[in-house]
Amino acid sequence: MTGILRLLTARRGAGRLHWTDWATYAYLGLAVLLMFGPVLWLVLSSFKTPAALLEFPPSFLPMTQKEVRVEGYPQPLPLFSVTMEDGSTRELAQVRRVGLIAQMVDPKAPGTTVRVAADKRQPVREMAFAVSNYTEPLAKYDFLRFLENSLFVTLIATAITLVINSMAAYALSIYEFKGKTLAMLAVIGTLMIPITIVLVPVYLVVTEMGLVNSLWAVILPGAATPTGVFLLRQYMLTIPRDLIEAARMDKASEWRIYARIVMPLSAPALAVLTIFSIMWRWNDFLWPLAVLTKSEVQTLQIGLNAFQGELQTQWHYLLAMTVVTLTPVAIVFAFLQRFIATGIANTGMK
Amino acid sequence: MTLIAPPRARPRGPSASLLDRFGHAVVRVFEPPFRALQRILGVRRMPYVFLLPNAVFFGLFVFLPIGINLVYSVTGGTALFPSQRPYVGPEQYAYLLDCGSYLDPSTCREDHFWRGVANTLKFTVFQMVAMVLFSLLAALALNRPIRGRGFFRAVFFFPVLLSPVVVALIWKWILQRDGLLNAAVTSLGGQKILFFVDPSWAMFWSVFVSVWAHMGFYTLILLAGLQAIPRDIYEAAEMDGTRPWRVLTRITLPLLWPNLLVVLVLVLIRSVQVFDEVFVLTGGGPGTATQMIVQYIYTTAFANQVQNFGLAAAASVLLGAVLFVLTLLQLFLTRRRAA
Amino acid sequence: MAGLELKAVRKDFGPVSVIKGVDLSIADGELVVFVGPSGCGKSTLLRMIAGLETVSDGAIRIEGADVTHMPASDRGLAMVFQSYALYPHMSVYANMAFALENMGVAKPEIAKRVQRAAAMLRLTDYLDRKPGALSGGQRQRVAIGRAIVRDPKIFLFDEPLSNLDAELRVATRKELAALHAEIGGTMIYVTHDQVEAMTLADRIVVLNGGRIEQVGAPLDLYNRPDNLFVAGFIGSPRMNLLPATMDASGALLLAGRALAGAPRGLAPAGERLTLGVRPEHVEACAEAEADLVAQVDLVERLGGETFVYGAAPGDLALTIRLDGQTAVARRESLPVRFSRSHLHVFDQTGQARRPDIPARS
Repeated sequence: MTGILRLLTARRGAGRLHWTDWATYAYLGLAVLLMFGPVLWLVLSSFKTPAALLEFPPSFLPMTQKEVRVEGYPQPLPLFSVTMEDGSTRELAQVRRVGLIAQMVDPKAPGTTVRVAADKRQPVREMAFAVSNYTEPLAKYDFLRFLENSLFVTLIATAITLVINSMAAYALSIYEFKGKTLAMLAVIGTLMIPITIVLVPVYLVVTEMGLVNSLWAVILPGAATPTGVFLLRQYMLTIPRDLIEAARMDKASEWRIYARIVMPLSAPALAVLTIFSIMWRWNDFLWPLAVLTKSEVQTLQIGLNAFQGELQTQWHYLLAMTVVTLTPVAIVFAFLQRFIATGIANTGMK
Repeated sequence: MTLIAPPRARPRGPSASLLDRFGHAVVRVFEPPFRALQRILGVRRMPYVFLLPNAVFFGLFVFLPIGINLVYSVTGGTALFPSQRPYVGPEQYAYLLDCGSYLDPSTCREDHFWRGVANTLKFTVFQMVAMVLFSLLAALALNRPIRGRGFFRAVFFFPVLLSPVVVALIWKWILQRDGLLNAAVTSLGGQKILFFVDPSWAMFWSVFVSVWAHMGFYTLILLAGLQAIPRDIYEAAEMDGTRPWRVLTRITLPLLWPNLLVVLVLVLIRSVQVFDEVFVLTGGGPGTATQMIVQYIYTTAFANQVQNFGLAAAASVLLGAVLFVLTLLQLFLTRRRAA
Repeated sequence: MAGLELKAVRKDFGPVSVIKGVDLSIADGELVVFVGPSGCGKSTLLRMIAGLETVSDGAIRIEGADVTHMPASDRGLAMVFQSYALYPHMSVYANMAFALENMGVAKPEIAKRVQRAAAMLRLTDYLDRKPGALSGGQRQRVAIGRAIVRDPKIFLFDEPLSNLDAELRVATRKELAALHAEIGGTMIYVTHDQVEAMTLADRIVVLNGGRIEQVGAPLDLYNRPDNLFVAGFIGSPRMNLLPATMDASGALLLAGRALAGAPRGLAPAGERLTLGVRPEHVEACAEAEADLVAQVDLVERLGGETFVYGAAPGDLALTIRLDGQTAVARRESLPVRFSRSHLHVFDQTGQARRPDIPARS
């Protein structure tokens, strides 16, 4: 361990690669394999047919046995590469198999059948993407509904969070007023209190509001995030006081100062909070799990979890739906990677 | 804390102006009520108006529940509404804390709770060590003058954004009986391992998957700390002929120490609350080998045949007290760092 | 009618008084400069007039109406901030239009006013730019333009030139003077730079320690400072201030010698006084006529004038301004004489003693 640490701290100028550089790249290369590998494996697997998923050892790419249509047979027949008795190989379609003997037919000469020992044939495989893994559960199960619910929760909750958090942050950063310290303490004190702690009473509050099994039960409780207030306030504190005073001299109402001066100037912090909020809401699990028990109001995460309980054997659907759940996040990440990373590094939150 | 990049000049396309127009419309809709409020209340009372919506949500979904939780924890029965619950005093706590020996969960009356505590502690210790070690290594590697730093940073970071369910399913698929990992094991001549049947393996993979999912976050914090160390200190050390190992132990680590502390406490706070990934990955099993405190609370309150809100509330009050102390610790540490 | 009236205005931050009772009346159309060293309260006073600071005691009236407790946005004043405080996310046009939009002015009227102000300030070509894409001088003009379009009752300037380099500062100073001549509004201008004060002001208000030291036209302040503070603050290089006394006969004694021809009888015999004389009123002369003989420490030759810094026996530091170029060099002795018509005498409390101001008993 110390050896690696030492490698990683040695600083060398540009130019010839020092051996510590090689060690660094080795660590990073291993990281690429360990971090990307599983996701890549998931995506590749999600395109495999149920039969291909059962193979062991598994093939890397989604492969499936080639099938051909042969005149005179209503069903497509599986294609094999057969080693003939004279040593030559031919591609034959299998009509049926009885015991150790397979009855085969040459697709080019559909009239005659050939009897072949079962161990003399190898399946002919081709790469094939089982798109049905995606289309079937979306059609057969409630996944489109889950997707819709997740989108609705994420968008509405994020919008509410942005508005009420920014208003609170504005009050706490621009004004001096009685009770400000108390309000700040309330925000900071609850920064790390997760909903886990108040699961039961929030459930009561939501029940009393008649919201159980409604998407609003998921949207409302988490809307006033202390993290958001804190993050926005810290940023708004850096807006020069002069600008606020200039706006007051310009006869702007307090609402206008908030909406036309402070909000646009806080755009970077608002963007960070937007991304955080989307991430929190899209990935939210425990609370929706507790409060959404009917399948028609469940979100993608809950649906997916329920799915893995019900469909243990149907990995092909489960994997495909996992990819569907992951994709929006992956897209957001691809576009905003640098931005999210610096946002988190600078706020120390997520 | 506030070094978010300043706004860049926005390209002014038609979409931007459309967005602007939408924004202005929204601003105009809310203007009259706020203007009226300002006229009635005066500028000095306006902050309360701006604070109000957030405060209502906060009160309803944070402070009120904290209060109700305390009520729940001292009442019994199965009713949800507090006034219908008979007062039982500290009975719930006594029940939770009734143990023959605190070192052995099986001697406790509520052994599931104590198994949860023991599992969470085990998880927390392993997780803290592994998380700090691997994210520190990653941060040190990323802080070197390497090519493609942005790419490698992204490699460590992207799992942070994945949902716990997705993370757990990805690994579940790899770790299953006929999965990729067992394929590798058998190709090396080993026997297939049933990872989720063996308690030790289940705990190992719970920690591993959590580290896999979250180390990018801590790597970023540590990397920010490393990059805040002035270059000239390293140059001075080089002029002094300092060996790399001493540079690490005498310069880098001491200067990074505040960030390391923050990371340690953050990992601690998050580990104590661990639930999602482990729950989906192992379901708490085999048996109760990976059942954590939060899962105990969730199960007791919602998933069991008899919903025992009082016991769950008492457990969450205890967990809340621990988290509160840890949060104070974290605030103390970040404040010291800022000073 | 006075454009602005301050009545015993005070500002306290807890136990600390920043403004200790200011009375001032500013006429319509006047350009008044508040000047003083940093921390004298001049910016605070301006911000109290603006409505950006609360008033602890006293009253502020604008055009006769009491605005003491009126919020800034209702007072109808415009302010140019030291930092300019331009809205960085808005174009130059939007910056200037913002106040008019807030007032509900119709769009065509806004456009007309902004265009007119932009033309006046040579900003027409920059209306679409963001402040970040402008030079310091241009930003400064936008800040002024933002005030002009409002057509405010009073313009307030808070050290508007202090962020400009020396050359631009002089140029902008001239423009401001021209602007005042052209639009003729009431202006209050805060600066710590006495040259700006002298060149721009109709009247200067010298502030020190939260109090007004003296109010008057620039040359009045220069020629007839009421007290030691104003004497020392106005004029560059500073006025020479030398310890003196009055002898029994009423003659002014400097370094033990009576100054013939100096004002007599300004104070009781034996009182410690300070004699003030500006550098340009110290002349080189023959040794026989000299009031003092200075040992030259440093000579600054500026071409058109020469400043000589020296000391006379008794540790009397002297600054002497000589016309044109002279051959005086370091370590030489320079006999000097004070112009008798330009002597200032201050008593122990720092108040000016002049024949026309009777000595306080």
